[in-house]
Amino acid sequence: MPETPDENRKGNQRALIGAGIAAATLGAAFVWGRKARQSEDSEPISDAPPHVLRGAARDEAEGDESLVGRTVMIGKPRQDIYEAWRDFTRFPSFMDNVKAVEDLGGGSSRWTIAGPAGKDVELVTNLVEDDPGRKIAWRSEPESEIDTSGILELTDAPSGRGTYVRLLMSYDSPGGAIGRGVAKLLQREPTLQARRDLRRFKQLMETGEVTTNASPSARKSESPTEARV
Amino acid sequence: MRAVTWHGRHDVRVDSVPDPEIVNPRDAIIRITSTAICGSDLHLYDGYIPGMRAGDILGHENMGEVVEVGPKSPLKKGQKVVIPFTVSCGDCFFCKKQQFSACDNSNPAETADASEIMMGHSMGGALGYAHLTGGYAGGQAEYLRVPYSDVGPVVIPDGVEDDQVLFLSDILPTGWQAAENAEIEDGDTVAIWGCGPVGLFAIQSAFILGAHRVIAIDHYPSRLALAKQMGAEILDYREVDVRAALNEMTGGIGPDAVIDCVGMESHGLAIDNIVDTVKAHAFLGTERPHALRQAILSCRKGGRVSIPGVYGGFADKFPLGQMMEKGLTIRQGQTHVQKYSDQLLQMIVDGKIDTTFLISHHASLENAPQMYRHWHDDQNEYTKIVLKPGLSKGDVQTLKTFEEELA
Repeated sequence: MPETPDENRKGNQRALIGAGIAAATLGAAFVWGRKARQSEDSEPISDAPPHVLRGAARDEAEGDESLVGRTVMIGKPRQDIYEAWRDFTRFPSFMDNVKAVEDLGGGSSRWTIAGPAGKDVELVTNLVEDDPGRKIAWRSEPESEIDTSGILELTDAPSGRGTYVRLLMSYDSPGGAIGRGVAKLLQREPTLQARRDLRRFKQLMETGEVTTNASPSARKSESPTEARV
Repeated sequence: MRAVTWHGRHDVRVDSVPDPEIVNPRDAIIRITSTAICGSDLHLYDGYIPGMRAGDILGHENMGEVVEVGPKSPLKKGQKVVIPFTVSCGDCFFCKKQQFSACDNSNPAETADASEIMMGHSMGGALGYAHLTGGYAGGQAEYLRVPYSDVGPVVIPDGVEDDQVLFLSDILPTGWQAAENAEIEDGDTVAIWGCGPVGLFAIQSAFILGAHRVIAIDHYPSRLALAKQMGAEILDYREVDVRAALNEMTGGIGPDAVIDCVGMESHGLAIDNIVDTVKAHAFLGTERPHALRQAILSCRKGGRVSIPGVYGGFADKFPLGQMMEKGLTIRQGQTHVQKYSDQLLQMIVDGKIDTTFLISHHASLENAPQMYRHWHDDQNEYTKIVLKPGLSKGDVQTLKTFEEELA
C-alpha cells in the first residue's frame, strides 16, 4: 500500500522513538551488567547445587565440562535405589539413548549408545566412586569416542518421603566426528534427557513399570503397543 | 474396533482403529458399555486445549466389562467397572496423599515433559485428554486400555444400571469435590455458576454437605429447571444483574462460597468476555474467565472460591487485588476421583444422590459426530449424552424433553 508523506513522517517518528527506547534499554543493561560483574569474584552464596546456578555464579562453580543435573524424590529407601542403579545393565530399561550395557566386571561396563543416523557408539565406563546407599560415580575411559561422566547422589527425604535422588551428568567429545555428533545429539537437550531418564527410573522404582501411553489411534503409522510422543 | 476420533476443531469422526492391547503388567482392557461426552470434551472440540493430535481417541467418562487383564491387575474378567478419568499409580507421594490427579508417575516421561514446561510441574495422566496429560486413548470406542488398573477402576455390584454409576468416572466426584472445596459451614449460601452436569452435581453435593441455600446461575432454561429440581434458587443472567441479585438475596454480604462450574468457555455478552473471546481466537490468551471474575467479585469477604471449571493457561484482567483485599480462600484443581469413589458409590446405592436426572440422550457410537454437534450447539436440549457402543448406528434415544419445565 502506498504511504502518504504524512504517514511516512509518522512512521519515522515512531522509528526514532523506538530506537530511543532501545538505546535506553541497552544502556540500562550495560550498567546492570557492570554492577553484576563487580560481584563476579565472590563465591556463590546460595544454598543450591551448582547445576542450578546461573550467570557469573555458574561460571564460578563450573569446570570445563557442561554439567546438567536433576533431582527427583523417589518413595523408596536410599539402599533400594542404590542397588537398582548400581546394576548398570538395567539402564536401557529407563535410559532413552542407552541401548545396551554389558557388565565387564570390576566396576567396568560397556555401553552401546544410539548415535546419529542410526549409528551406535560403544564406550567403556569405570566406576570412580561407589559409596553404598549414598553415591555412585562413573566416567568413560579416556580413549572413548565420547567422554561421559555421571554422579548419582542419594540423600534421605524428610519424614518418610523416601529419597532425594540427584543425577549429575556431563558429555564431552574429545575427538572423532561420530563422537562429536553423539555428544551434540546428547547435549542438544541434555537436561531434558536427564529429566526423562530419571522420571522413568522413578516410575520403575515406585510402580514396578515404566508408564506408557501405548494405545490405539487413527494414525496409521502407530502401533497400539508402542508409546506415542 | 470403532472409535470416536478428534481430527481438528469441530471435526470429530468415527474411525476403524486397532484394538488396544495389554502392554504393562498392571493394565486391563475393558469392553466399553457406556461412555459419556463431557463438558470438557467441548474444550477439545473447540480447539482450546493444546496438545491434541489428529487421530486421538476421545472419551474420559467410561465404564464397561473387564475382558483382559495383565499379570498384576487384580480385576477379573466379566466384572463391571467404572474407570476414573484420572490415571493414578497409587504409589507416588501424591497418590499416597490421595491427591490422585497430581500423580507423579502416570504421565509418561515424554509427555510429562511438555506439561512441566507449561505448568511448572508435570500434570498427572488422564484418559482421552490431549498429550499434556499423557496422550492416552480415550474410551469413546469399543475397547479401552486401562493403565494402573489396580488403582482406578470401581467394581460395580450386580443389579446397578450403567447410567446410575457412569458419572463416578468424572462429573459426580468433580461436583462433589467442588462442594467439598467450598468448605461449607452451617447457614451458608453457596452460589454456583454453570448448571451443566458438574454444576448440577455440585448443587446436590452442596446440600448434602450442609449448605443452607444454593443459588445457581446459567442462561439455559432447561438447565436452570434441573437446578431448581435439585433444590437450588436460580438466576438467569440474561434477566438479572447477578452480583446485585446475590447481594440482595444474602442481606448485602454476598454468598459465603462461590463455585465456578463454567471454566474457560464462559458464555455471555459482558464486555470482558467479548474481549477474551477475541483474544482466545487470536491465540493471545487461552482463557475466557468471565464467570470466575464475577464469582470472585460476588463472594463475601473472607469467603471461599472453589474452581472445578477447567482452565489451561494465562488469564487477563484477573481480579487478584479483589481476592486479596476480600481475603478469599481459593481451592481448585482436577478431581482426585479415586478419593471419592467408594463414598459416592455407596450414596448412589443408598439412593442418596440422583445421578440419572440429567441424562437427556443415549446414542450409538456411530452417531457421535452428530452428538458432538448437538452438545455444542443445543445445550438447552442436550443436557447429558451417553454413548452406548451396544446400540446400532442411527439409534438415538431422547430420554428427556424440557417442554414441561419451560412452560
